[in-house]
Amino acid sequence: MSEVIVVTSGKGGVGKTTTSANVGTGLAEMGKSVVLIDADIGLRNLDVVMGLENRIVYNLVDVIEGNCRLKQALIKDKRHAGLYLMPAAQTRDKNCITPGQMVKLTDSLREQFDYIILDCPAGIEQGFQNAIAGADHALVVTTPEVSAIRDADRIIGLLEANEIKKVDLVLNRLRQDLIRRGEMMTVDDVLDILGIPLLGVVPDDENVVIATNQGEPLVGKNSDAGQAFYNICKRLEGKEVPFRDFGKSVTIWTRFSGLFKKNLQEERA
Amino acid sequence: MRFFSFFKRKTSSQIAKDRLKILLISDRVNCSPEMMELIKNDIAQVISKYMKIDAASMEVQIAKTGNSVRNGKKMPVLYANIPILDLRS
Repeated sequence: MSEVIVVTSGKGGVGKTTTSANVGTGLAEMGKSVVLIDADIGLRNLDVVMGLENRIVYNLVDVIEGNCRLKQALIKDKRHAGLYLMPAAQTRDKNCITPGQMVKLTDSLREQFDYIILDCPAGIEQGFQNAIAGADHALVVTTPEVSAIRDADRIIGLLEANEIKKVDLVLNRLRQDLIRRGEMMTVDDVLDILGIPLLGVVPDDENVVIATNQGEPLVGKNSDAGQAFYNICKRLEGKEVPFRDFGKSVTIWTRFSGLFKKNLQEERA
Repeated sequence: MRFFSFFKRKTSSQIAKDRLKILLISDRVNCSPEMMELIKNDIAQVISKYMKIDAASMEVQIAKTGNSVRNGKKMPVLYANIPILDLRS
């Protein structure tokens, strides 16, 4: 059974493309056949994050308009067997394709692939509608910031209105030091507000910047973010993986009362 | 008092959470805080035609989850808490 997954967020710059690239690569490393589709027509970036920008000949719009066969637009990743990229058109705009055409495209890819992962553009306009049209499952990427969470909430509402039943949260760019100081919302705070199941928590990690510079996803590599993305892949594959504890806020008050409680317990013991 | 408030100072994450909770409720039902105030005043006016109420301490808010279900999802509800002053008069 193949699954069409859309990676979306509403707000730009929260890590949709990074998540798409790493989740796709991770699933391919687990031996699955995966196609990554860049649905951000006019502002494609998944190709550079994957390091495949020099090998583009045909793109998604070419396939839809019948300028080439489906296979001609699929770029094979040489580092990971079973991983393909379908790039977006860079010189066209979002309105040149329709949701119906996207459904047809994703359905035709189902025969060949276990996972079809769509990198959705920011916003809630035509590009978003196209990307979610054929999806079975949505990953909503957000960061623990007011603006990103507000947009994520809007997106969750729109996904529900479009009858996408499976919607999971990927919480990106968490900083343990800020959470401890009470200057960043905790994982529980965000879950409480958005009310959808958690699929993964990715720490803020400079290795993501390095990996993007090099055009090589860091999933599974020896870094905090790499491990977090690998855990997301395992959960998508139905494995139970415990979530990393990012702690809760330790303010002067909680520290003080915690100290007091500790003393009491010691006295009782 | 000041000393006490120093310890009880809200962290910025708490402020963010509180702001989001209010913001999202009005986003979800497309209703601004000003409109809530207008609804509250109108309800107070209608009810006070029939009974004496304490308009100053009444509360009107949109709660995230009610008991009504549509399409398998809990619908938000408009919740009004209106204290009645005197029924006999």
